[in-house]
Amino acid sequence: MSDNFRPKIVAFYCSNCASSAANVAEGMDKALPDNVKMVQVPCTGRLEILHLLKPFEEGADGVYVAGCQEDSCQYVTGITKAAKRVAYVKNTLEQLDIEPERINIYNLSAGKGQAFVDVALEMNDRVRELGPVLSE
Amino acid sequence: MIVAEPKPIKEILEMVKDYNKILVLGCKGCVTVCNVGGTKEAAILASTLKIAARKNGKKIEVEEHTLERQCDPEYVDEVKDMIDDYDAIISIACGVGPQFLSERYPTARVFPGVNTKFMGGAVEHGVWSERCAGCGQCVVHHFGGLCPIARCSKSLLNGPCGGSSNGKCEISQDVDCIWDIIVRKMTELGRLEELLEFMPPKSWITARDGGPRRLIREELVI
Ligand code: SF4
Ligand code: SF4
Repeated sequence: MSDNFRPKIVAFYCSNCASSAANVAEGMDKALPDNVKMVQVPCTGRLEILHLLKPFEEGADGVYVAGCQEDSCQYVTGITKAAKRVAYVKNTLEQLDIEPERINIYNLSAGKGQAFVDVALEMNDRVRELGPVLSE
Repeated sequence: MIVAEPKPIKEILEMVKDYNKILVLGCKGCVTVCNVGGTKEAAILASTLKIAARKNGKKIEVEEHTLERQCDPEYVDEVKDMIDDYDAIISIACGVGPQFLSERYPTARVFPGVNTKFMGGAVEHGVWSERCAGCGQCVVHHFGGLCPIARCSKSLLNGPCGGSSNGKCEISQDVDCIWDIIVRKMTELGRLEELLEFMPPKSWITARDGGPRRLIREELVI
């Protein structure tokens, strides 16, 4: 993929673990890639399939969800529900011959600022590698 | 309710591949309750079609709309002013929907977006199970309120076949033998002898075997 490709990535992160990790990252002066649009949600369990599809419809090249660990979700099953919906969208993308790796979910722990930045960088690298959604 | 499931998106894409202005039409009835054809699902399908178009570098317009019901002419009528704006309609109601639409709007190209499965209910969140085969002559009260017509693979009315094993039907370990359930329930209730009553062969004239059905209730006809 051309070096100039700057993927559009949308990240949904919960206001609990992931958000606390984000604050720590900020405190550590760790910068997120500026092509990652961060959207905070009260709980990743609030994310519906449509929320995960819309960015792709509107031009995103990748989407990810950053939430709690499965055993530490503030609302118990939020992150598990989100994981199922991400899996659903992966399946939809696959059926459209779009790489399912363009959507992913990460379990973060509160306070792990570095991890918060790392997932953004990982997704960024991954999607850069895949290139734009449009087939050539 | 009538239970349906989404058609594979590839099948839908193939059906509408020659059309560029598409209306996804949902229904607020049964298909909303079983999470396959309501407002939410219409939006999901519309978005999926738009993502497919983006992927293929195709320009399409997709709108979504949801009717109160697609099985009542007065609601089907509601889209009369918009139907001509689209070159394809994907109905995500049960199979009644695309037919009512095709009858009301004969020139419209109407496609089914779901596969209609059965009449049943939700046994847990996300899991539905068949309960009624619409036989037209309900007899569940003879069987502890459980239907062996819809729920026995052979629709047996006088007890289980020899294939019943450990509560499962011989066709699959995933299928409960309803006769096992009926007998257990009646035993528990101390009413087992009720099952000794002989059930004569059922007339299937009232079921689908009697041909397409129609119901007229004079007191309601205007
Ligand atoms: S007996 Fe007939 S009408 Fe009654 S539940 Fe069974 S199939 Fe449906
Ligand atoms: S095993 Fe039970 S459910 Fe299956 S066909 Fe026999 S009686 Fe019917």
